[in-house]
Amino acid sequence: MLFVPGNNPGMIRDAHIYGSDSIMFDLEDSVAITEKDAARFLVYNALTKLHYGKKELVVRINDLSSGLGIADLEAIVRAQPDVIRLPKTDSAKDVIECEREIERIEREAGIPVGKTGMMAAIESANGVLNAKEIAFASKRLIGIALGAEDYVTDLKTTRSPEGIELMFARGMIVNAAKAAGIMALDTVYSDVNNEEGFVAEATMIRKMGFDGKSVINPRQIAPLHAVFTPSEKDLTKARAIMDAIAEANARGSGVASLKGKMIDKPVVARAQYLLEMAERAKTITVEEI
Amino acid sequence: MDIKKTGVAGTMESSDIIVRIEPKETEGIELELESAVMQQYGKQIERVIRETLGELGVTRAYVNAVDKGALDCTVAARTSAAAYRAAESSDYVWKEVRI
Repeated sequence: MLFVPGNNPGMIRDAHIYGSDSIMFDLEDSVAITEKDAARFLVYNALTKLHYGKKELVVRINDLSSGLGIADLEAIVRAQPDVIRLPKTDSAKDVIECEREIERIEREAGIPVGKTGMMAAIESANGVLNAKEIAFASKRLIGIALGAEDYVTDLKTTRSPEGIELMFARGMIVNAAKAAGIMALDTVYSDVNNEEGFVAEATMIRKMGFDGKSVINPRQIAPLHAVFTPSEKDLTKARAIMDAIAEANARGSGVASLKGKMIDKPVVARAQYLLEMAERAKTITVEEI
Repeated sequence: MDIKKTGVAGTMESSDIIVRIEPKETEGIELELESAVMQQYGKQIERVIRETLGELGVTRAYVNAVDKGALDCTVAARTSAAAYRAAESSDYVWKEVRI
């Protein structure tokens, strides 16, 4: 997910050319307080006039308590991005309140109720402790995300290359998301010149179970895809597992084995997920060619 | 929409446009446009500015715009933002729904 400042027309115009799976237009932290209205017009007009192909389009609004969030929703819900990202989500109540406003605007605008997806960004110690309630708060939620900058400020610490300060938050968020059957999205890696550090972090969060990561610079997209795209070795193994299962089923046997090892249900589920991911990665590449 | 004071929106960055709208006592929009692509797109930019102001019900204003290669949607967005600021209004009307 590529972050794009909402008041920058050049970046908004070019956002789709870098190969990210999704684009997040930001009305929050990257927009000066005096330019909130102008950014809202810009993002609204871009969404209603420009074509971004099959990219998932996300808009980060200002939080509702800022006094700007509802004005953002009035415009953005009508422009119909795929997902609205709610920042600074501390509790399920924040999600429910935002959903109520989205639903009201959908009704007023004649948009089918429920069409607008939501993503909640958790950015505080309290939010992390409430991750489970947040993840289950609305059927519109497609995922929950970690916003690390505000979170480490709340913890009265700073970010480190190893990310030790984020271990608990990441663990909570990934577990809450998986329990609710939605995606877990990791935070940005701010040092764009440290590709090695970025890849190490991406590898770790993939291993933890995250489904994706936000990026702030197009340079980070290719290395991130490389981490998340299944390797040929893993795919060969996954295909062999699926073949063995198909063969066992054909024989009428409920038990399959590969190279002397029994294949049980979780192994099959993992192989299936890997093949699906590879298929999705292929679709994206083909679309971009 | 009545233009009450000077309203400005946009930047001098590439792909953007600065639109400045000022009150005018008599009917009509008086438009001054500078653009690096005046020859090719001058008329189109002017058309978008005039149409956007028309949709907002602005019938009397001085408009000065300096274009740095903005797309039509950017021209319209900056014109709207400048007009609302100049009218000291936040009664935004969001009409379109993306299909």
